[in-house]
Amino acid sequence: MTEIVNGTNMQQRTAVDVGERPLLEIKDLEVGFTTQDGVVKAVDGVNITLYRGQSLAIVGESGSGKSTTAHAIINLLPGTGHISGGQILLDGQDLTKASKHDMEAIRGRKIGFVPQDPMSNLNPVWSIGFQVEEAIKANGIATGRKEVKKRAIEVLKQAGLQDADRRLKQFPHQFSGGMRQRVLIGMGLAADPQLLIADEPTSALDVTVQRVILDHLESLTRELGTTLLFITHDLGLAAERAEQLVVMYKGKVVESGPSVEILQNPQHPYTQRLVAAAPSLASRRIQASGSIAAAESSMAEDAAHAAGDTIDLIATAEARAEVLEAAASAPPAIVVEHLTKVFKIRGSGEFTAVDQVSFQIPKGTTMALVGESGSGKSTVAKMLLKLEDTTSGKIVVGGIDLASVTGKELFHLRSRMQPVFQDPYGSLNPLRNIGNTIAEPLHTHKVGTNASRRERVFELLEQVSLPKSLVSRYPNELSGGQRQRIAIARALALKPEIVVLDEAVSALDVLVQAQILRLLADLQAELGLTYLFITHDLAVVRVIADHVCVMQNGRIVEAATTDEVFDNPREQYTRDLLAAIPGAGIELGA
Amino acid sequence: MAGYIVRRVLQAIPVLLGTTFLIYFMVFALPGDPVVALFGEKTPPPQVVEQLRERYNLDKPFIVQYLIFLGNIFRGDLGVSFSGQPVADILAQTFPVTLRLAALSTFFLMVGGIGVGLISGLRKGGVFDASALVVSLIFISLPIFVVAFVAQYVFAIQLGWFRTTVGVGAPWQDLILPALVLATASFAQIVRLTRASVIETEGQDFVRTAASKGLSRNRIVPVHILRNSLIPVVTYLAVDFGTLMVGAVVTEGIFNVPGVGRTVYQAIIRGENPTVVAFVTVMVLIYLVVNLLIDLLYAVLDPRIRYAK
Repeated sequence: MTEIVNGTNMQQRTAVDVGERPLLEIKDLEVGFTTQDGVVKAVDGVNITLYRGQSLAIVGESGSGKSTTAHAIINLLPGTGHISGGQILLDGQDLTKASKHDMEAIRGRKIGFVPQDPMSNLNPVWSIGFQVEEAIKANGIATGRKEVKKRAIEVLKQAGLQDADRRLKQFPHQFSGGMRQRVLIGMGLAADPQLLIADEPTSALDVTVQRVILDHLESLTRELGTTLLFITHDLGLAAERAEQLVVMYKGKVVESGPSVEILQNPQHPYTQRLVAAAPSLASRRIQASGSIAAAESSMAEDAAHAAGDTIDLIATAEARAEVLEAAASAPPAIVVEHLTKVFKIRGSGEFTAVDQVSFQIPKGTTMALVGESGSGKSTVAKMLLKLEDTTSGKIVVGGIDLASVTGKELFHLRSRMQPVFQDPYGSLNPLRNIGNTIAEPLHTHKVGTNASRRERVFELLEQVSLPKSLVSRYPNELSGGQRQRIAIARALALKPEIVVLDEAVSALDVLVQAQILRLLADLQAELGLTYLFITHDLAVVRVIADHVCVMQNGRIVEAATTDEVFDNPREQYTRDLLAAIPGAGIELGA
Repeated sequence: MAGYIVRRVLQAIPVLLGTTFLIYFMVFALPGDPVVALFGEKTPPPQVVEQLRERYNLDKPFIVQYLIFLGNIFRGDLGVSFSGQPVADILAQTFPVTLRLAALSTFFLMVGGIGVGLISGLRKGGVFDASALVVSLIFISLPIFVVAFVAQYVFAIQLGWFRTTVGVGAPWQDLILPALVLATASFAQIVRLTRASVIETEGQDFVRTAASKGLSRNRIVPVHILRNSLIPVVTYLAVDFGTLMVGAVVTEGIFNVPGVGRTVYQAIIRGENPTVVAFVTVMVLIYLVVNLLIDLLYAVLDPRIRYAK
């Protein structure tokens, strides 16, 4: 019986080699999740065709069903998820009808999987070697302890871990995020699968590490002839890394085709908005309209027009230029001089997180503090907010030296300086409704009466473009973008002069990100706010900041206006950061 | 690592001093004259009472008694019981029995509690899960002496599977029933804790990744789910060791186990200070050692934990 099945498989394989049958064919796939209110369709009639040796990227915002599609292929849907219709054909075999045992044989050996978050996808209690070796053993790639170990080292070296033999006995927590992602890539490719599914493999990593990993993944899959299915929310990244694009929106495929074609000539309105909003692409466009030939810039304007007035980043950028000129003569809102922070580490002495940092932010402008994780940028923000003590140096906010203020004065100063943090899920108290959350600073600082506070909450909701009806809702009922608007509304409640935004848009999808950035720019123009914008994402900096300070290992290595930094970066480190912006190399013009 | 152990051992010294002092004081403050009580209904001759008082230092002030006792302990002399037997000898006879009972009970607790918790967690919301919840709630609501009497009546008297009381030398087979009864005291907590831990682990990304590597369910459950779920359960077992000791006093009484619990109980009734204090001191010492061992085991179970300094 099995021999006959194998026989048919062989025939199918020959057919594929000729190029007639795709390696993966998804037909009318439907995936449902059972909830209290019935079945919710997360994937609704998706068709994807992927030929051997090709690379294809599924792009979409969170909730678009892209990851669910990927999980459906390997039949590892979370919770109540189940395939409710359609077919998934791998080499002609329908995976939706495969038995549990068949799927175990397919996973790893035929379909490799590289998951999203390198921090949570390795079991913390087993060594790296153990986890790679068990994948090799399970797929019957090698037998015998020595052979398995040899193959594990080979796989890890191939994934870019040069000292694999030495690090086999180490545990995941002893590896950096980038190294862990290499391990996961190595594990995904351990059994030489025909198809590799990479689900946002680098979105948790710094932009420079991201590029190194993706470059490696690309050359590796090409070398091994692995077909690559790539899932990402970043359009620039997708276009740069895959030949074919599939754009998903609310569980449906809205557009598919060759990457360059889709980027240059998006047909579906959603794709058009996505192209216009992607900061990595938009930043390129702003530059293009200024310096590149007229034919190309008219192309870019077309794209901007296509986006309609939903997001008009060019106009935002131009309006800011005027403000900037006016601000140059005004006294600075924040002056930081020789700021240093030294942390004492148990056992191993001292660690200088921030080293002699100096900068000024003119009133009403935006300064971006850029750097990779660990560069000390968030520590600067914490010291500025006086949530962390300084080791040495001086911070002057609105003419007041932070070191001298205590008690009541500090309390008052805090009302003039408000933070917005990275994680909109973590920064709102889940037990307080939206109205109370926004009104809390007003209560704390005893501003107004109950009635006037209520008025102010409605006013703020309107400012951040949210309906008044949200006041009685709770954070878990809102989307990430809505929550971040609430956090911004709360920060604005006391009419502060300065807002410190610590990675405030990093966790958001591109479209939401663009909306929030637009909102911030509007509020700045309207209220004359000063922003300190902390981010690792240079693409975002391009559209929001007037001045940029690039931080590396606690020091500012480059400080200039945004245009100077982008057009003419002086430091190699800045150039690396710029080059690593995904999609930056793609010309939107023909 | 060595530094960590030394620090923990040093921390144990004030704990031991504090507990011995408290116990000594409490037994001293008990009403009634232990020497008079020793003679029961009869009135002892005054000279004999005087002699006994002198011999057991009962005529001296409390603090002097305590210091003499401490000094003796440092010399390795735990004193002599009223019956004339050295306390050290009684300890040597009874502790092995109780340790055997505790070990057997912990074994049942781990196999039963963790096993039931694992299945409950993997089949969350199923029939097994619901039944396990009911059974563990029954055990948690019943005082241990009720469980002990019921078990004795049903399994020993009616069914005759076990002997009603533990015989001389406390052989293993006689200890099975008391150990099971002792295990019920913490059964519910272990089941609930394991279940919650298994459910949490099963939702972790690395479990899905393990499946995506092509591992079978039979490997994922023990290696990636159970192994990670054990960490909080093991910690709880250490904390729970105290419950086991308290339970042992009651259970040993009912099943007539010649162990520490029964001896301490009788010594308290008779007001035998040296015996009570010596026993409690050793119990505290064992509790501290068990907790240290579990903390060290914790580092083995979770490689992220390393004891610096």
